[in-house]
Amino acid sequence: MAKQKIVARTGNEAMAEAMRQVNPDVVAAYPITPATEVVQIFAGYVADGVVDTEFVPVESEHSAMSACIGASAAGGRAMTGTSSQGLALMAEMLYIAGGLRLPIVLADVNRALSSPINIHCDHSDTMMVRDAGWIQIFSENSQEGYDNMIQAIRIAEKSKLPVVVTTDGFIISHGMERIEILDDQDVKDFIGVYKPEHYLLDLDHPITVGALDLTDYYFEHKRQAIEGMKQASSIILDVAKDFKDKAGRSYGLFENYKMDDAERAIVAMGSTAGTAKVVVDNLRAKGQKVGLLKPRVFRPFPKEEMAEALKGLKAIAVMDRSDSMNAHEGPLCLEVKAGLFDASTSLSIDPEQSRRIDKGLNKPVLNYIYGLGGREVKLEDIESIYNDLASAVKGKAMPKVVYQGVRE
Amino acid sequence: MANLKEMAKGKELFTGGHRACAGCGAVMIARQVLMAAGPNTVVANATGCLEVVSTIFPFTSWNVPFVHSAFENAGATISGVEALYKSWMRQGKYNKKLNFIAFGGDGGTYDIGLQSLSGALERGHNILYVCYNNEAYMNTGVQRSGATPKGADTTTAPVGKVKKGKEQYRKDLTAIVIAHKVPYVAQSVAGNWRDLTSKVEKALSMEGPKFINVFQPCRLGWSYEPELTCEMGRMAADTCSWPLYEVVNGQYRITYKPKEKKPVSEWIKLQGRFRHLLKPENKPLLDDIQAAVDQQWQDLLKKENQNLRENPVKTA
Repeated sequence: MAKQKIVARTGNEAMAEAMRQVNPDVVAAYPITPATEVVQIFAGYVADGVVDTEFVPVESEHSAMSACIGASAAGGRAMTGTSSQGLALMAEMLYIAGGLRLPIVLADVNRALSSPINIHCDHSDTMMVRDAGWIQIFSENSQEGYDNMIQAIRIAEKSKLPVVVTTDGFIISHGMERIEILDDQDVKDFIGVYKPEHYLLDLDHPITVGALDLTDYYFEHKRQAIEGMKQASSIILDVAKDFKDKAGRSYGLFENYKMDDAERAIVAMGSTAGTAKVVVDNLRAKGQKVGLLKPRVFRPFPKEEMAEALKGLKAIAVMDRSDSMNAHEGPLCLEVKAGLFDASTSLSIDPEQSRRIDKGLNKPVLNYIYGLGGREVKLEDIESIYNDLASAVKGKAMPKVVYQGVRE
Repeated sequence: MANLKEMAKGKELFTGGHRACAGCGAVMIARQVLMAAGPNTVVANATGCLEVVSTIFPFTSWNVPFVHSAFENAGATISGVEALYKSWMRQGKYNKKLNFIAFGGDGGTYDIGLQSLSGALERGHNILYVCYNNEAYMNTGVQRSGATPKGADTTTAPVGKVKKGKEQYRKDLTAIVIAHKVPYVAQSVAGNWRDLTSKVEKALSMEGPKFINVFQPCRLGWSYEPELTCEMGRMAADTCSWPLYEVVNGQYRITYKPKEKKPVSEWIKLQGRFRHLLKPENKPLLDDIQAAVDQQWQDLLKKENQNLRENPVKTA
């Protein structure tokens, strides 16, 4: 295992540090709270000449992603950072980057989408573009923000898909933490040299990127990207394994925290998972069999693996830091429930019983929409969810969706 | 400057077989720009006629590296390509000298792509942006744009019982680009290959952002016979509706002064989009248009004269 330095870094500093060590060919970015620092710190590296990067201080996030697409198609490593409205303005270009299979890496500091305008954390920005053809990796703290950014480079280049790594606005982005960072050379060795197969600056083999794809080809190309996303799961796990060898820190598609004998569990992403771990420890100390499942990779969504991990439980609560505007529930809960449903039913060849239901997998799944616009989530809020689950286990009818922490 | 014979001997960098209309001026511009630029060129293209007709998968007309991503971002896309090139040159990973050219129609340049263009100009990328300006959204079926001239009939500013086509004058995008104080800005026209190719060569010999606004007759949107495209372009210059000039490091030079400045009506009467202007009751509108063309030409002559007085050497 490589030697590491222990430092104090905010989430933004940690991500900027990872970008410095990655030393991308091009960074194109536009300022937006709370992600501004990521590129601001990076611009300092450029000014000091400690990176080889060409920094393009564009006039909008739309142009930031457009320039990243140009640089990536040209054959280089391209990175950017943004948040909220910036990601929304980029949305058109995010789909194009995904469709063109360009391995761009984006640091998104999660912030609520307008309107009403707000600068604090929720996950509505990333959820808005969840089907854009980008791998989405959520981070619990600064350490994970740093680690995920470094792993993202290899994941993107191997899967030929762009990757967005998120941290929670202000909670992680501006919170100082103790983190361990690798040596520059170790990061360089870990990410290796990028060798694109086809690129614009290869003048001997001119290519046309972004051709018009009509009814005769569009579907096949989309299908390939979808398959690429599916295959990305194993790439993410391979990269995580190498990263563990290098840095000693384990990553998967999601993290199981005290789940082995758990009867009740919460599924929560981002910094809230860190808070929930404290609650799990407190309740475990009182003898309660509770656990936490923390999704790390939201796209590709680990449907089967997660259903398998949740199968022994008696009741589950999914915490969503964004809403789907009266779809069945929040976006994370929709995915979790769909995975459980598929795992609990199977098509049978027996015509008498065309759909068999495994009741062991059919259990209460409660949804808690929380923390919109940065509304605080405290230990007691999470404890109350575990208490609700206990009531559900006892057979008490519980509301399907709870808007937690809101004045109604 | 290369002559036509020499240029014609070079490899076709923009080939035939594309799906453009007969008499399309846009593909003529693309071909001539690349003839002047040569093979060491990377092209970015905004969504629009040129991209649509030339890149229907699995075919391409482009024998140079080409990237298209969206409508409003050719300026930013070529910025990214050029930034990567700069980075690689600095790192010693690359050593060829390359041209970076963006193509956008007037919709993608005057309107939806103006911000992206302005950003690219201000940041000083070493690029040439070529606007093929056919004065409306032709790809979607002739809708008015910021480049559409006053009085023109389009599908979103149509001639009706009370309206007489577009009510506003077109925006002077060339002047907006000049205000960015970039090294080279020019207006050219499809139909005058020498003017266009010499301007492209001159632009590419200079460092920094360059812009050429190329007037492009569109037989479909303007409604004229396809064989008249070049003539239609030349007449725009002969009537001074579209003056041919360049601004090199701030110095104005008119590159074509018609021996006899023809009345605008001579040009207008050949186009279906202006047909209604020939009706006697619309004479005041036609007079307005002529007056605006005259004023624009006088302003340009004045700027050129002023530059010549102040700095006779540079513009010689």
